[in-house]
Amino acid sequence: MTVENLTYKSFGNRSILIEWPAIIDEKILNSVLNYKNAIKKNSIKVIVDIISTYNSLTIFYHTSIENIDSEMLTLKSIYNEQYSLKIAKNYLWKIPVCYDQKFGLDLEEISKKNGLPIDEIIGIHSRQIYTVYFIGFLPGFLYLGGLDEKLYFQRKSDPRLVVEKGAVGIGALQTGIYPQESAGGWNIIGNSPIQFFDRKNEQPCFAQAGDKVKFIPIDIKSHEEIFNLVAYKRYHIESEVVNA
Amino acid sequence: MLKVVSQGVYASVQDLGRIGYANVGVPISGAMDHDSAKLANLILHNDIDDAIIEITLGGSSFQFLKETIICICGADLNATIDSIKVICNHPVIVKKDSVLIFERPNYGTRAYLAIKGGFLNKKVLNSRSFFKEVTKKYVLKKDDEILFNEIKVVDNQSLSVVKLNRELFLITNLEVYEGPEFTLLSKKQKRQLENIEFTISKDNNRMGYKLVENIENKLKSILTSAVMPGTVQLTPSGKLIVLMRDCQVTGGYPRVLQLTDSAINILSQKTANDTFKFKIVPLN
Repeated sequence: MTVENLTYKSFGNRSILIEWPAIIDEKILNSVLNYKNAIKKNSIKVIVDIISTYNSLTIFYHTSIENIDSEMLTLKSIYNEQYSLKIAKNYLWKIPVCYDQKFGLDLEEISKKNGLPIDEIIGIHSRQIYTVYFIGFLPGFLYLGGLDEKLYFQRKSDPRLVVEKGAVGIGALQTGIYPQESAGGWNIIGNSPIQFFDRKNEQPCFAQAGDKVKFIPIDIKSHEEIFNLVAYKRYHIESEVVNA
Repeated sequence: MLKVVSQGVYASVQDLGRIGYANVGVPISGAMDHDSAKLANLILHNDIDDAIIEITLGGSSFQFLKETIICICGADLNATIDSIKVICNHPVIVKKDSVLIFERPNYGTRAYLAIKGGFLNKKVLNSRSFFKEVTKKYVLKKDDEILFNEIKVVDNQSLSVVKLNRELFLITNLEVYEGPEFTLLSKKQKRQLENIEFTISKDNNRMGYKLVENIENKLKSILTSAVMPGTVQLTPSGKLIVLMRDCQVTGGYPRVLQLTDSAINILSQKTANDTFKFKIVPLN
């Protein structure tokens, strides 16, 4: 994708928004993340943070941007130079999920309305490999792409006031895990005993944009065991490098 | 040590926020009204990023378990120390065991209590600002204790006093830039944004302020993208939400306006039923 496909806008007086075409697509994600890395490698001092999403980068500056045109030119020249860069290392994370109906509060409803036996819902959901597009909404909430269309299910029109920590949900064509107790409108199909955000770690979330996720079905007993191991920091999430 | 005697409406420890963790979904947080928090620290010759306590709408009281010097800026919440009125924007010596009480506001919504040397609760990800699941506590509750260093006061001649312009709290024009999706709005919608006098709804907190009035709206949601404090979102129902310091890092509603830094501070001193107008200003 050439720089002409991108649009550059100011967003307030302290940030620049760069947008790709508005589609959820891995090629676009890779282009977004490569550009983000290239900007980071240039270590421009006045840049304090960069938020990447499906199709955008928002670049935050320390103070008001004096000359927006020259700043945009600098960013464009970085885009044109970045192709020699090595892509960042990404991992496939194997996330244990218990799909027991004790946790999967909405499995039955999805099963009825989508005409799929519960076993098949679990089979489809845990067979896919999902892509982490970005982290947002809550600390450690992964936006995952790649849900099978058979599992498409509208968000609840009346969101639950309390969704449990670790709840695995489906919201339209997205799936994800609530990293903390929260209100939420997604349909809950299971629960993961893993900690997705740990304030005590230098890198508080193990995953990053561009990583992959696969769900591994576990029973209630293993859920409890892993939960306890996680509490004592004895659980090691299985992972492999995907793009070495 | 500072001990919380009564919780009040909402009080929390804040500094100027947690920058650089948006990639793991951590909001910036920090004092809602940066200007008042900085001023309180400056008057005490602290660093401007030192931790302060933000007190919303009063009802909170605190006991000092050591001697120190404090300064209160921002809203005037009729603060008293051992029943003596505290002058805002002025360094005040506090004796051991005295009790500071905040009551109903005279003007403004959020007061800032700075202390010589700053509050010393543990830094998490480079900041002392409270935020749920990031810091252990997210709101101060009765009997909570917050560390600070004792200061033996000799005299306070070197400390400055600032005369504050109260008008700041009465401003009803909020300066805004056009947001990234502003150009998608119809002429009528743009006119409504600038002409309607908006009212802050009861649904307002550190994450955002929902406004009462409706804008006619047929705009669809956007693909989830970055938002920041001061972003004004237009929801499908036509309601506007002004995001504040604890806002999420991403959102899917069109971002129609972006408050200037000073407009965020001004809005932080307003609350439910207060009204204002947006005034669009050019960048630079």
